[in-house]
Amino acid sequence: MKMDSLPSPLQSGEMTRIETTPNAVGSGAGSKPAPVATVRNICKRFPGVVANDDISLDFNAGEIHVLLGENGAGKSTLIGILAGMQQPDSGDILIDGVRVRLGSPRESLDHGIGTVFQHVLLVPSLTVIENLMLGGSWWQKLARSAALARFRELSDLLGVKLDPDALVGKLSLGEQQQVEIMRALWRGEKILILDEPTSMLTPQGVRDLGDVMRRLRAKGVALILITHKLAEAYELGDRISVLRLGRVVGAILPDERQQMTEQQVTDRVIAMMFGATMPTDAADAELLLGRAEGRRARRLVDRSGAPRLRATQLSTAAERGACPLHDVSFDLWPGEVLGIAGIDGNGQKHLAETLAGQRKAASGTIMLDGHDITAAGVPARRRAGIRYVTDERLGEGTVGTFSVATNLLLKEIGNEPFWRRGMTDWTRIHDHAREKIEHHDIRTPSEKTPIGKLSGGNIQKVLLARELANDAGVVIFNKPTYGLDLQNTRLAHERIVESARHGLGTIVISTDLDELLEVSDRIGVMYQGRLVGIVENGPEVELEIGKLMTGQTLAAGTGS
Amino acid sequence: MSELLTQPFLISLLFGAVTAGVPLLLAGLGEQISEKAGVLNIGIEGMMLFGAYTGFVAAYYSGSFWMGFLAGGLGGMVVASVVVLLCIRQGLNQIVIGIALTIGAEGLTALLHFFQFSKTYPRLDKAPVLEIPGLASIPVVGPALFSHNIIVYLAVGLVVFLAWLFRASYVGLNLEAAGAKPAALDAAGISVVATRSAAVLSTGFLAGLGGAYLANVGAGLFVPFMTHGAGFIGIVLAMLARGNPVWVLLGAVLFGVSLAMTTALQVAGVNVPTDVVHMLPFAMVMLVLVIFARHSVLPPALGLPYVRGDR
Repeated sequence: MKMDSLPSPLQSGEMTRIETTPNAVGSGAGSKPAPVATVRNICKRFPGVVANDDISLDFNAGEIHVLLGENGAGKSTLIGILAGMQQPDSGDILIDGVRVRLGSPRESLDHGIGTVFQHVLLVPSLTVIENLMLGGSWWQKLARSAALARFRELSDLLGVKLDPDALVGKLSLGEQQQVEIMRALWRGEKILILDEPTSMLTPQGVRDLGDVMRRLRAKGVALILITHKLAEAYELGDRISVLRLGRVVGAILPDERQQMTEQQVTDRVIAMMFGATMPTDAADAELLLGRAEGRRARRLVDRSGAPRLRATQLSTAAERGACPLHDVSFDLWPGEVLGIAGIDGNGQKHLAETLAGQRKAASGTIMLDGHDITAAGVPARRRAGIRYVTDERLGEGTVGTFSVATNLLLKEIGNEPFWRRGMTDWTRIHDHAREKIEHHDIRTPSEKTPIGKLSGGNIQKVLLARELANDAGVVIFNKPTYGLDLQNTRLAHERIVESARHGLGTIVISTDLDELLEVSDRIGVMYQGRLVGIVENGPEVELEIGKLMTGQTLAAGTGS
Repeated sequence: MSELLTQPFLISLLFGAVTAGVPLLLAGLGEQISEKAGVLNIGIEGMMLFGAYTGFVAAYYSGSFWMGFLAGGLGGMVVASVVVLLCIRQGLNQIVIGIALTIGAEGLTALLHFFQFSKTYPRLDKAPVLEIPGLASIPVVGPALFSHNIIVYLAVGLVVFLAWLFRASYVGLNLEAAGAKPAALDAAGISVVATRSAAVLSTGFLAGLGGAYLANVGAGLFVPFMTHGAGFIGIVLAMLARGNPVWVLLGAVLFGVSLAMTTALQVAGVNVPTDVVHMLPFAMVMLVLVIFARHSVLPPALGLPYVRGDR
């Protein structure tokens, strides 16, 4: 193909594209446009799993096509196939009605298919414009001025303002995502795939992204949005297709979608997603909605007594790769769940480690039930009742090659009664493990199975079983449901709320605001290592939290 | 001390610094290309040694220094191709393979040399020298810096070329991306394997060329194990240079001077035990590492094999 020899779309393709764009809008508004891209009977198997089972879908110009489904529904595989990262075992892909082979990311880009992946795929040590120029062949001269022209063109198209010479590593996640969208559209704005693009954004960032998507739709781009949030699907989608276990189990067409209320869309989609196993519990449906605010009766936290945990002006030393703490102070009462919101990398990790005793505070004090524990190490704090459920389940949390039984006692190794005078009492350890497995419903072949072989949800159950054991007084959860599916997320939330009901002081650190809104009594926001505010959970607090997350100062009403 | 700063002493010191520094410079620049692309090329010592051997043999039999340099570069590329096959294509551990290659090259070249020449060490003629017209007649500086083999000028020119390449070409962008975020390069439609392979083969060529210079120009003969850790010093230079070729040049000058000190001090007849003098370059390595190592910045994906979809 001739396009292969072109470094970027800046040469001959330019004129034709400008001319065709208005046409695309025209046809998009028309009655029956031919689809820009079609996948037909796509099948893809991995050892033991059918990831895509006979999937057929159409993608139209000027339309946002939402693909909904749970983890493992086959969304990511389908996207990988369209992006040229994976090859289907069978089935056809048609672009503008012509059958094509997408053997590599380059071929997908040449066909005008751009993808914004879930993980940021930019080089942090290069500038915005350098990242966008990436992909030229070595014999070509760096076409900087042409690239800048294209950059301005796309900035106008997206309606965003970015400095082309800014280092990508210094941009906010929302801005990085805008760069990613530009890169995806760089060689032609025909099809744009967005894989769970809102999971890392602030509420404002989500709104901006929505604006960008609507703009692109108006210009005739075919957009594919992958999400598991129903509210987002309703808000943005013209056409909704639901995937389950590798199959398309249902769709809402644009004509239908326009005549349906949000509730009707929600009900239909949930029926499709769960089929025969449809949850009878209305709470499940609401959780799927991603708008569970106020659905649990708020517990009344008695804050008249002494706080269980009091942190005063905690600071930590700076260290490469992690944001340190600056003057973090808060109180935590028994029975309370304090959520910590904030964009990843704003000091959450340091906060968790400092409270758990894994990291030394440079200054400040931590008081537990009136006793100063600032100088105490991990074992002493553990005895005092502080527990930490890390976000690195396999790594910091567990040793993958050790058995479930050993991992359940990882923080007790050498202690009575499981170890006596340096001898290991395996009978006792395995008995203990069987009891925990039973009680916490851990799905494992046996207590001797290496924990690395279990699913993320079950590893998390092992961690919870270990950390909530014996007399815990304060539990710190760092991203407790990261990477878990809906069922396990729900279970984890229930455990958190339940243990708080039994009088535990609980801190939940999460980047998922919906999760915090669901489980927390109060929500504190971290920004650049500072706790910039604590707000009482309730309806309509998202905006306030969103403002805090981006460093805008709080107007009034800072909680305690 | 004043009798030290005589004209012959200075000339011999500077001339020796250049001769000793050029192999380090070539190795350091080569290693820098690999490291930028995310490959920790520990085997560079083996590439240099193999290049020294093939370069010497080619020059010895053909009588042409040009053939010697060419063969040296190709010899280094042969060793580098093992890294390409095993580490970049198969994803094996770069450190293990690198150490194996160095040990293997040491054994193989010693064996081949013994096989051909038994215990004799035949010498080459003095390497041709290009005197830069005008500059070469400046006192002290002229004979010390401007009458060297053409490889010396090419090596310095390479610094400028690489500085331009890294900053202002697609090659520079692609190398940076391959080392910092290979998945981004892949998503942009450029093969990470091809980019890294090209980088490692260039490293092999430059290291081999450096080895050939060491044997054919610096020593005039091949002795087994003659690189004496020059490749490892190249790795140190590349790691401390933060991706900037100019820093590699400065580092090579520093180490070149300390290596040349050993001979220059003996020429000057200073009354210091030779054992102490011979320690100088290695003491310098440790000193530099102690002072600067904490400031080195390495690419995030250095040493990690890339597998598509395995982020």
